[in-house]
Amino acid sequence: MKDDSKIGMSLIVKTITRLIVGPILIFGAYIMLRGHLSPGGGFAGGVIIALSFVLLILAFGRDAKVSKVSINLASNLESIGALMFLCVALLGFLGGSFFLNILNKGVPFKLFSAGTIPLSNLSIGLKVGVGLFAIFLALVILEGTKKNK
Amino acid sequence: MHNPFFVTYFVIIPLLSAFLISIIGKYVKHRYVEMVASISCFLLLVFSLQGLNILRKASDSVLVYKLGGWALPFGICMVFDGLAGFMLFTVNLIAFLICLYSINYMEKYTDKPKFFTLFFLMLTGMNGLIITGDLFNLFVFLEVASISSYALVAFGTEAEELEASFKYAIMGSVASCFIFLGIALLYGFASTLNMADMANVLSTKPSNWLIPFVSVLFLMGFGLKAALVPFHGWLPDAHSSAPASISAMLSGVLIKTLGLYALMRIFFNVLGVSGIYLSALMFLGALSIIVALVLAVVQWDIKRLLAYSTISQIGYIVLGIGLGTPLGILGGLFHLFNHSTSKSLLFLNAGAVDYSINTRDLREMSGLKQKMPVTANTNLIGSVAISGIPPFHGFFSKLIIVLACIQRGFIGYALAAVIGSLLTLSAVMKMQRYAFLGELKEQYKNIKEVPFLMKFSMSCLAIICIVGGILLLPNLKFFLDSAVNVILEGRDYGRLVMEASIR
Amino acid sequence: MTIYFLCFILFCIGLYGILRKRNLVKIIIGFSILGYAMNLFMVLLGYRFQGRAPIDSNAQDILNMVDPIPQGLVLTSIVIGLGITALLISVAIRIYEKYGTFDITKIKRLKG
Repeated sequence: MKDDSKIGMSLIVKTITRLIVGPILIFGAYIMLRGHLSPGGGFAGGVIIALSFVLLILAFGRDAKVSKVSINLASNLESIGALMFLCVALLGFLGGSFFLNILNKGVPFKLFSAGTIPLSNLSIGLKVGVGLFAIFLALVILEGTKKNK
Repeated sequence: MHNPFFVTYFVIIPLLSAFLISIIGKYVKHRYVEMVASISCFLLLVFSLQGLNILRKASDSVLVYKLGGWALPFGICMVFDGLAGFMLFTVNLIAFLICLYSINYMEKYTDKPKFFTLFFLMLTGMNGLIITGDLFNLFVFLEVASISSYALVAFGTEAEELEASFKYAIMGSVASCFIFLGIALLYGFASTLNMADMANVLSTKPSNWLIPFVSVLFLMGFGLKAALVPFHGWLPDAHSSAPASISAMLSGVLIKTLGLYALMRIFFNVLGVSGIYLSALMFLGALSIIVALVLAVVQWDIKRLLAYSTISQIGYIVLGIGLGTPLGILGGLFHLFNHSTSKSLLFLNAGAVDYSINTRDLREMSGLKQKMPVTANTNLIGSVAISGIPPFHGFFSKLIIVLACIQRGFIGYALAAVIGSLLTLSAVMKMQRYAFLGELKEQYKNIKEVPFLMKFSMSCLAIICIVGGILLLPNLKFFLDSAVNVILEGRDYGRLVMEASIR
Repeated sequence: MTIYFLCFILFCIGLYGILRKRNLVKIIIGFSILGYAMNLFMVLLGYRFQGRAPIDSNAQDILNMVDPIPQGLVLTSIVIGLGITALLISVAIRIYEKYGTFDITKIKRLKG
């Protein structure tokens, strides 16, 4: 690691970020997984997870480890999220209808319930989280190329 | 009764291929991407032909597919009827030919997989908008198609393209805001989002100030999307800057689906308008015909000339539909189909010229007919078809519109349509004269005719232009009649869909 | 009624931003404000005085909930707005690279 203190924001911000990124990630996962029981769901959870990574880049500067995630990987994961959602919808064809909820609905207000809805929440969370992070990365890279000129 | 199962494929196939291409495009050769794209476009065409087959057996058939098996006013449904079948066939026919054309044409640009991803997302939006039976779902699909078209206009990332894309995106988003406001007000009034249910509710409730207000909002929103004349500012920039295959797609089917189809569906089948709104539509249509053509004749950029001509042809369609008589609507819808094919053909020709000599300025080209005979001849066919010379298909649709105007006693509108036809002829003949006739310039001695697939799709469209008139023959007239009947049935749409959903 | 009027004022501010401002970024901000006014209006339509949040739970009565459908629709509309904003910003950055300015009176290579 070369001169760590020069890049990014001040020491206070970096320390706070180190402390807080973990809880933010867990909170995002919580929102995403309990989407069928309480407010939240795939979109909100995905945004929170993406923002935790964005926070890391903002605090530690553009050379932080997370920003080495290639746009290629991000866009692949995003497409996979979309395809997963489509597959969850196509799963309904096994029961006879597009988007049909064929899995066991379980007991209401329990974590493992509501059939395919948690699955679609997960895939939307993947798509939105990676997509938003990819948008951020793309804008950062655009900014970077302009400064180098 | 047919199984309405197949209507879901119109959304599933393009969505699947969009994201599949986005993943595999980075790892396999472009040849396989092209193969996936053409196969899925071909499948869509086959399924839309299957829909036409159902309409041929019973032209008043309505198929309702309930997503997830939810009963109708509560769940989202997909409705296939005459108008939807007509539009699906038009969209998927054009999309298939343009997909083949792009395989060669997009060699100029760098990233073909990204192009096909956006292309299929746009196709998803259009097919979904046509097939859906839910008002908010319509808005979502409209936005899917619009956002991918904003990105496609900026695809070349040159200065002009970015500028046009920004203008288009801002105008389109404001239009979407108006549409969203209209949908919100309708939901507040009728407490339902299903279009069939909403038609039933609106016909039982007493009329009040809200319906005219919502109609004006929809007229503004969809009028902006369809580029009727007071709202047309974005269209010439966007359609002339996009890659040629996308210009053909935008001009040929996108503005018709996003603007006209949605307008027809909501105005006639949900709101059940009549009288003053139809007069407004007719007036805007006639205004578009004249104003846009006067602007078109003075252009020197091929694609900008064609873009202005698009606005005027949209005016013909709106004029025909605004008449509200069976004959007028028949003419309007037939002209919609004719304009899709002939204007796509002309844009593809412009793209072929651009592909060969890298300019779009008419003053710099001359005598290309000697080197590019297929392009020149198909361009001639497209030009005379769009300006309404017999026996090409444009003649019949314009004749029907003029006759319908005279039948209702609107001599002025009929005159406007006839004058517009002459102006169209002069505009497209200007392109023919400067680009293809005359002496061949020295610097173009070495140009070649375009590759095979581009020639193939241009020839297919030219053949449709020549034989398109047979759609008026009794055996094939179901194609137009079933669509006209759907518009004429008005708010009965709600009752018919509800009955079909129970079966 | 006042609250609808305030929502209308927000709408007008957004429209003013789009129509009158000359900076691309300010136009994008105006568009965002317009979108938020729309979303606010949609949520207000489903609001019920002293209603509770539309979350299904074991204990409570289902009858005094506010209408959940507009909230679902607004969520969709927010996602769409996010997509459009991201696209507009990236196009604006590219325009800045090409033209060196955000001023729309200087960005007019297209005319006619």
